[in-house]
Amino acid sequence: MRSEAAVRADELHLAHHFSSLERQTDAARLGMWLFLATELLLFGGLFCAYSYYRWMFPDAWAEGSHHMSVGLGTINTFILLGSSFTVAMSIHFARVAKPKLTVLMLAISIVCGLAFMGLKGVEYADHFKHGLLPGKYLTSPDVHEPAVGMFFVLYYLTTGLHAIHVIAGLTVLSVMMVKAHRGVFTPEYYTPLDMGGLYWHLVDIIWIFLYPLLYLVV
Amino acid sequence: MSQPAPSSAQHPSGAHHADSYLTDGTTVMSWLNTRDHKRVGVMFLICVIAMLFMGGVFAMLIRLKLLFPGAAFIDALTYNRLFTLHGVVMVFFFLIPAIPSAFGNFLVPLMIGARDVAFPRLNLLSLYIYLAGAGLALWGMIHGAADTGWTFYAPYSTTSPEKLFPVLLGVFIVGFSSIVTGINFIVTIHTMRAPGLTWWKMPLFVWGIYGTSIIQVLATPVLGILLLSIAVEHALGWGLFDPARGGDPLLMQHLFWFYSHPAVYIMILPGMGVISETVCASAHKNPFGYRAIAYSSIGIAFVGFFTWGHHMFVAGQSTFSNGLFAVLSMFVGIFTAIKTFNWVGTLYKGAIAFKTFFAYICGFLYFLVFGGMTGIALATVSLDVHWHDTYFVVAHFHFIMVGAALMAFLAALHYWWPKMFGSRYHEGWGLVAAVLIMLGFNATFIPQFLLGNNGMPRRYYTYPEHFRALNVASTAGASLLAFGFIIIAVYLAVALRYGRRTEQNPWGSKGFEWLTDSPPPTHNFHEDPQYPEDPHDYRTPPLTQPSAAHPEVEVGHAV
Amino acid sequence: MNEFLRRMLFLPPQASSYATLVDHLHFFVILTTLVMSTAVGMTAIFFFVRYRRRHEGQRTPHVETSKVAEALFIFVPLAFFLLWFAIGFRDYVYLSTPPPGSMDVYVMGKQWMWKFAYPEGPSSAGVLRVPMGRPVRLLMTSRDVIHSFYVPAFRLKKDVLPGRYTEIWFEATKEGRYEVLCAEYCGAGHSVMRAEVVVMRPAEFDEWMRDQKRGLPVVQDGEPTRLERPQVYSNMVSQGRVLSASQGCFKCHTIDGAQHVGPTWLDLYGKRERLASGQEILADEAYLTESMMDPGAKMVAGYQNVMPSYQGRLAAPEVAAIVEYIKSLRSESVANAPSKGPLYEPARTQ
Repeated sequence: MRSEAAVRADELHLAHHFSSLERQTDAARLGMWLFLATELLLFGGLFCAYSYYRWMFPDAWAEGSHHMSVGLGTINTFILLGSSFTVAMSIHFARVAKPKLTVLMLAISIVCGLAFMGLKGVEYADHFKHGLLPGKYLTSPDVHEPAVGMFFVLYYLTTGLHAIHVIAGLTVLSVMMVKAHRGVFTPEYYTPLDMGGLYWHLVDIIWIFLYPLLYLVV
Repeated sequence: MSQPAPSSAQHPSGAHHADSYLTDGTTVMSWLNTRDHKRVGVMFLICVIAMLFMGGVFAMLIRLKLLFPGAAFIDALTYNRLFTLHGVVMVFFFLIPAIPSAFGNFLVPLMIGARDVAFPRLNLLSLYIYLAGAGLALWGMIHGAADTGWTFYAPYSTTSPEKLFPVLLGVFIVGFSSIVTGINFIVTIHTMRAPGLTWWKMPLFVWGIYGTSIIQVLATPVLGILLLSIAVEHALGWGLFDPARGGDPLLMQHLFWFYSHPAVYIMILPGMGVISETVCASAHKNPFGYRAIAYSSIGIAFVGFFTWGHHMFVAGQSTFSNGLFAVLSMFVGIFTAIKTFNWVGTLYKGAIAFKTFFAYICGFLYFLVFGGMTGIALATVSLDVHWHDTYFVVAHFHFIMVGAALMAFLAALHYWWPKMFGSRYHEGWGLVAAVLIMLGFNATFIPQFLLGNNGMPRRYYTYPEHFRALNVASTAGASLLAFGFIIIAVYLAVALRYGRRTEQNPWGSKGFEWLTDSPPPTHNFHEDPQYPEDPHDYRTPPLTQPSAAHPEVEVGHAV
Repeated sequence: MNEFLRRMLFLPPQASSYATLVDHLHFFVILTTLVMSTAVGMTAIFFFVRYRRRHEGQRTPHVETSKVAEALFIFVPLAFFLLWFAIGFRDYVYLSTPPPGSMDVYVMGKQWMWKFAYPEGPSSAGVLRVPMGRPVRLLMTSRDVIHSFYVPAFRLKKDVLPGRYTEIWFEATKEGRYEVLCAEYCGAGHSVMRAEVVVMRPAEFDEWMRDQKRGLPVVQDGEPTRLERPQVYSNMVSQGRVLSASQGCFKCHTIDGAQHVGPTWLDLYGKRERLASGQEILADEAYLTESMMDPGAKMVAGYQNVMPSYQGRLAAPEVAAIVEYIKSLRSESVANAPSKGPLYEPARTQ
């Protein structure tokens, strides 16, 4: 027997062209995973360029990574990992019908995301001050290898694209927070939150790749 | 661009079912704001036909210029912009969305017994993304111009003085439309099949669309990031592809062809799906090897990802890579061979009716085999050294992309026209146009094969005198081709306005999409569909689902 | 048979060892393609005639494929494809391995011309001279965007990239002049980026090379450095030649009759030029000198006023040397007989 809540969720959220809410959720989940695959391939192009140039200019890569501030990068990594955890917790609380905790967890995630962007901004400003800029704009006097410019081209391209994704992710999380606050999510229906969470994990996981590739070359 | 398609409010024949998707809301807004996959499909159809027309005009201008070996009516820069426009419009705005977004949208849910695609709102969004991207790119090309060719090869593209940004951004945006469509189809096919419709009972068109969608989803993002990188390069000069700063222009080519080779299969796979369906409907017979055709669709989608290097045989790739990509390209050719033989096999012991779309099937088979085999020839490394970037290549890919893909598009248009618009076109004129187009097509491109043999490189504004005769022949053929298209435009327009109303299943097809009304009602079916049989099994007569609203439709007009 | 097919397919003459090799495979592949596409088309038409629909509502038997049929569909074409690959790859390996002792020529592509330089020998724009029957290796690079060096008669093509050298080799087998085209789109002048290969008898070539080296200071591609500039000139003509190279004249003017940014110097002296103003002028010493000092004063029709003034940059004797050098560039008198433009015949009539 279907519970009353399930029937209500069907009434509220089931689109006319699906036969059941389970199928609709399956569809949404599959669609989201496919979308995440496209995101990975979007970065894949840059990772490809990264590997190729790293193989061409190993010394420049080593030198480039020395100009990175490993401390800030590490802190940022932990901040993002933490935010992923809180997003996962928010889904858990939606599932066990604790809307207030859901909102709280999302709020923490958003704060973490903003902190990440802030620290990234500090890093960018620091590079800017030292003339650690891409390609021909590289003016730093302590750079020896000529191809360090290329390292910074890829640094700015990958982290820039990632930052755009963080902003998109933050927008998604904010919308989810508002929805959670309005009590849209129930244990029967929390698909949008689930999808938003997947997206945030993707943003996180891309950083997990970027961090060692850019900060921990040697 | 998206003016409401044949709105049937003013339809004089007025014979559509009261609840057909065409009559369910006749205001402009009811079209622009629709969630109905059929309306989205029809709007896409209008857009891609507009793009085909535009690309065709550019092609004619190019061919007219090439009547003369020296400078004539347009200068070199205009010529270069024209072939760039022709390439970008035809590849990104016509061929890639043509069959999946227009016919796929319309037919996939009908064929699998779903009431709509999985994400109807995203589907409408993909149309607007497409329009925004195409509009931006066209505006950019007419204003700022781009003269790089559709391939955007660095370092020419990154150092070109032309304003490339709007074009790159436009194509990037259109890529999103392609991705959204692909995701939508994969999810729809996975989760929304009617009960009892197993994978191995799916219509072959759906298999073709499925393979296409995989490529769209996996390859397009790589093009996206590449276009962004070129835009950054062009605007800021960071040096990602600039050899003076350690960059490598070959990397750009690798990333480009990683998308653009599979993109060829985005263009041809749905066409193959169309042919699989129409060949069965023409011959009233089951496909010779259903599984072989279905598997080969997926095979193409998979192996197609590993052959991009054959575009770079003379670009400075190592001998080893050349050999590797050459072998892999031979394997991708096999899937096409499998399909071709199975289509021909399907005709065996069939009951073939000669309709307009059958003419296009014959054209498709011939163009695909000839175009495909010249592709194999081009993938033979030593031969490619002579042919690379000559008119031979131009003729080869036009055989595949125009010859085969466009024939499939026209076959689809003629086969599903009654389904989509509920009216019939004139078969006699249809055949005349088909014959004209095929003759014109051969007359355009066979001389180009010979020009390539003779050594004329592509993208040539002027050319040495000894290439002239063949160029004139090619232009003459192109005019014939254009004439054929004009005929089609006229009789289809006439059919739309004055066409005789169709019966539900004019071709006696067993395809699932014919089980509902023509044109279908808004929610596709009057009751949830049951698909007890195989969609290609012609041992039994076709079922036409009795419709409550329209118990009887008069049948049997002479053509 | 070879000749017949070559003409049927509009292929240019086979002027290199590779051309002959590759054409045989070409014939094999194209004939198979023609036979196969016709066969598929004819089978479809045959089936159409044989199995056309006799009456509406006609039912058809259910014909399923067999494993044998599908295996044939797969392995017969695959066998052909792999055979072609094997032959093609063998030929390609031949093309990409220059035999030891090949003669090297440096090729530089730029928008929109080809330059050729022989190590310790002359350099030229637009004309590549090679001996017949000796392997020649081309080491190619580009100064700006990607070009592609293409000699249809040799069936030879290789992209020319900025920032790296690509190499290719050939052995010309027929005397004659063959066109060089650019096959990679490179901008507005892509289609006029042409040059030619002149295949000479080995003895003639050696003699030409000797002439070029005799009394000829090092004129390499690009500007010589100060150290390289020879201080003693054998005569004014060679001094003019060196000066022209060092002053960058060849960036815009050619000496072989090819059109470039500025008028060619070949046969320039004594020519009646039509000016942009519509007048005619005799290109004598006075006009040539004036054109160096005040280039915009009397522009030849069809050219842009882009040349800088050399007032104060050339001393009087240097101007004279350049004029002498221009005067020496006569097509009838120069032993190396630069071409007067394309003389190619259409492949059909050859």
